[in-house]
Amino acid sequence: MSPPTSTPAPSNGLAFLIKKRVYHSLSELGDAFRLLGETIFQIFRPPLQFDLLMKQLLLIGVNSLAVVLLSGFFTGMVLGVQGYVQLKPYAVEGSVAQFVSVSVVKELGPMITAFVLSGRIGASITAELSTMKVTEQIDALEVMGTNPVKYLVVPRFLACSFMLPTLTIFSTFAGIFGGYVAVVTLFGFNGDFYILQVQRHLYVGSVLISLIKATSFGMAIAAVGCYKGFSISTAGGAEGVGTATTGSAVISLITILILDFVLNHILFNVLGMI
Amino acid sequence: MISVKNVRKAFGEKKVLNGLDLEIPKGETLVIMGRSGCGKSVLLKIIAGLLSIDEGEVWVDGTEITNLKRKPLNEIRRKIGMLFQSAALFDSMSVAENIAFMLNQHTDLSQQDMRKVVDEKLNLVDLDGVQDLRPAQLSGGMRKRVGLARALAFNPEIILYDEPTTGLDPVTCTEINQLIRDLNQKLQVTSVVVTHDMHSAFSVGTLMVMLHEGRKLAYGTPEEMINEDNPILQQFILFGAPDQILNIDDPTLRKYIGRDTQ
Repeated sequence: MSPPTSTPAPSNGLAFLIKKRVYHSLSELGDAFRLLGETIFQIFRPPLQFDLLMKQLLLIGVNSLAVVLLSGFFTGMVLGVQGYVQLKPYAVEGSVAQFVSVSVVKELGPMITAFVLSGRIGASITAELSTMKVTEQIDALEVMGTNPVKYLVVPRFLACSFMLPTLTIFSTFAGIFGGYVAVVTLFGFNGDFYILQVQRHLYVGSVLISLIKATSFGMAIAAVGCYKGFSISTAGGAEGVGTATTGSAVISLITILILDFVLNHILFNVLGMI
Repeated sequence: MISVKNVRKAFGEKKVLNGLDLEIPKGETLVIMGRSGCGKSVLLKIIAGLLSIDEGEVWVDGTEITNLKRKPLNEIRRKIGMLFQSAALFDSMSVAENIAFMLNQHTDLSQQDMRKVVDEKLNLVDLDGVQDLRPAQLSGGMRKRVGLARALAFNPEIILYDEPTTGLDPVTCTEINQLIRDLNQKLQVTSVVVTHDMHSAFSVGTLMVMLHEGRKLAYGTPEEMINEDNPILQQFILFGAPDQILNIDDPTLRKYIGRDTQ
């Protein structure tokens, strides 16, 4: 009779893999929070390089405006059409403006803007920083006595945190306008009544919720983008840059969704905002 | 000037430096040789304070840098200039902005004064008229020269060269070697050069060290290294580039490799 083989049972192998994966993920999460902590610390350490911040504000904000407006406008149009069609059988199609404005302000405005920026800016931050890492430019910064977190991460983090709420305001207006165009042109809805309804159902609290969410999403996009850019090894090469960039886009999207749920719970359930 | 004492460094399970001791006296040019993965570049990055060590001590200009915080470490780094393997020029900046980077970050010099320093450093590396070009517009040799000019911008006392001739054609390699030699003579700096290129090693080195399995295998002047009776070292030197070594007019070397006809 042959002795039993020493190959581990498949369940042990799987358990080991899961354990390794969980350990790796937790370790990455710890590193990401460490980078976030250092970034916040460096924000309050003078001097703040305004030229670098302005460059990022321009890149992240102004250059993203067109795509954000377009995305917001069509999201509003879709909501207008869907809202009108769904509400008409119950004879409450008059509430379509409320439906569009509340949805866009509280949820879809910040969300769509964050999605657009995570693809456009988050991925580009990762690609830029990881290329700098692979080509030793970040090491060069260190050797020249410049803190890479202060020089590279702080301007991107501040620009994203400031520009996301700013762009969300534009996106929200575009969304409400998109809904207006859709219901007025396609269904002959009264335009003045639409505007009146929007004014009646928009509260300062709703706008505040939108801005809190947008700022949080902006911070998350910058933090994930910068962390993924910095976490690549120098030997990663072009393949590593590609993997980091893809990873950054995916993690940003998931982070935005999780953050949205957490913020909804805190703002609406715990704090009772409307 | 630089002292490395019993330094150990591992990446995960892989031990790269295994109790390394090394002295680099002031004004000397030490060439670090060794096979790929033996820890040459790691050692350079440890000296520059870019990598931490697991055990041991590293002294630079009388200061132990192993556990220094960022601020005092940056003070030490201002005495160090480093030429990276890929030159590591900032793509988003012009050549002049690259060279003036450290001055811009750490001094209050006017734009005009910075421009003067840039011109002076470019002159030192035999380049001119490239101030407004982007790194992408430069050839490999020019990038290395600009990288060197940037390393010299703060008048360092120590210059670290990570594979300065890798990826360059033989003519440019010779020019870079000549440049390193000239700079070391002109500026009287302490230099550490990591290279595989034996021609480069014997051209620029006043001292040499061979690393093997994370330890110092041999250390001495070029002549001492040639006469060192160590098969691993001799294999490395002779199989490295014997014809290039012949270019050096060193009678001991010529005799050793059996090509001396006299």
